[in-house]
Amino acid sequence: MSWLDYFRANRKPEPPATASAAKERLQIVLAHERIGRTREDFLPKLQMELVAVVARYVAIDPGKVNINLDRGGDMSTLAIEIELPGPPSVRGPRAATG
Amino acid sequence: MAQVIVVTSGKGGVGKTTTSAAIATGLAQRGKKTVVIDFDVGLRNLDLIMGVERRVVFDIVNVIQGEARLNQALIRDKRVDTLSILPASQTRDKDALTREGVATIIDQLKEDHDFILCDSPAGIEKGALLALYFADQAIVVTNPEVSSVRDSDRILGVLQSKSKRAEEKRDKVKEHLLVTRYDPNRVERGEMLKLEDIREILAIPLLGVIPENESVLRASNTGTPVIMDQESAAGQAYKDAVSRFLGEDVPHRFLEPDKKPGLFKRLFGGRAA
Repeated sequence: MSWLDYFRANRKPEPPATASAAKERLQIVLAHERIGRTREDFLPKLQMELVAVVARYVAIDPGKVNINLDRGGDMSTLAIEIELPGPPSVRGPRAATG
Repeated sequence: MAQVIVVTSGKGGVGKTTTSAAIATGLAQRGKKTVVIDFDVGLRNLDLIMGVERRVVFDIVNVIQGEARLNQALIRDKRVDTLSILPASQTRDKDALTREGVATIIDQLKEDHDFILCDSPAGIEKGALLALYFADQAIVVTNPEVSSVRDSDRILGVLQSKSKRAEEKRDKVKEHLLVTRYDPNRVERGEMLKLEDIREILAIPLLGVIPENESVLRASNTGTPVIMDQESAAGQAYKDAVSRFLGEDVPHRFLEPDKKPGLFKRLFGGRAA
C-alpha cells in the first residue's frame, strides 16, 4: 500500500460484505437443528400421516405429492401439495390428453 | 448413459464440497442434467454451500428407509434448472447408509440425469467408501501440502481396489486431479509444492488448478457456488475445469505469480488487488 492511498481510501469499489449473510444463515439453520437434537424429526411422519388422511377420502397418486419447506427465522412454511384426481364423470376418453 | 463422478480426497478441509458444488453447477449450466449427492451423513454441509439449507425436508436416509420418495427429497436449484441436490441426513449415523439403498437411488437417478456427483466425506470409512463405490470417474481434490498429497495417493489406491469397477474387474475408474488453494506467489518463493511436483508424485491427468482466492469464502458466506462468480479467479478456474471435463482443450490459467510492481507503482500505484 503506498502512502498516497491515505488520501484516496475506497478508490476501488469493494465487493459487498458477506459475513453478515453467513451469520444470519447460520443462526437460522442452527436454531432449527438444535430443536431437532432434543426432539425427533417429525416431518417425515407428519407428511405420511397427512397424506394417509387425504387418501382415506380420495384416491391419490403418491407420485403427485409435492412437499416444500422454507425455514425462516421467525416463521417456517411447510407446503404440501396433493394433486387430486377430477370427478369420474369428467374423466371420459378425453382425459387421456390431460 | 449417465456418469457417476465421486469428488474425493481422503483428507478433510481441502475443498471437496466447494468443488462438488462448483462442478455440479458448472455442468448444469452447460445444459447437462446434474444431481449432486451429499454422502457426509451426520455432518452435512453441501446444503449450506449450495444455499438450500432452508429448503431441506427429506434426505438420502429418508429415501433409503422408505420414508420419502426420491423426487420428494431432491431439491431443485432455483438458479440453474438442470441442477438438483440430494442432502445428507444431519441426525442419523453413517450406518443408515446401505450399499443396496445407495445402489437403488443411483440407478433411479441414472434414468433421467447426465451426471451424478457424489460429494464424499473425509476419511476412508464407510461414507467415503460408499461415495466412491459406484463411480465411473473420480475428481481427486488435492492441496499443495504434504498430508493432502499423501492422502490423495491413499484414496487413489482405494479407488483402484474397493470401487465396483475394481471389484468387477471392468475398466478402472477414470481419475482426474484437481489442485485447489494453489498460491503461485508462495510457489515462487519456494514455500509451497509446485504443480509439477504434485503431478509427478500422483501421476494422474490434471483437470484443473484452482487458485487460493478470497471469492471462495464470499461464496460460502452467501450459499452461492463460487463458479457463479465469473469475476473471480476461482470461479473462472472452475469453469475451465468443467470445460476440460467435457472434453474441451482449455489452457491452464492462474499458475503464474502476480507481476512484481516497479518502484513507481509501489510508491504511487493503487493497492494490490
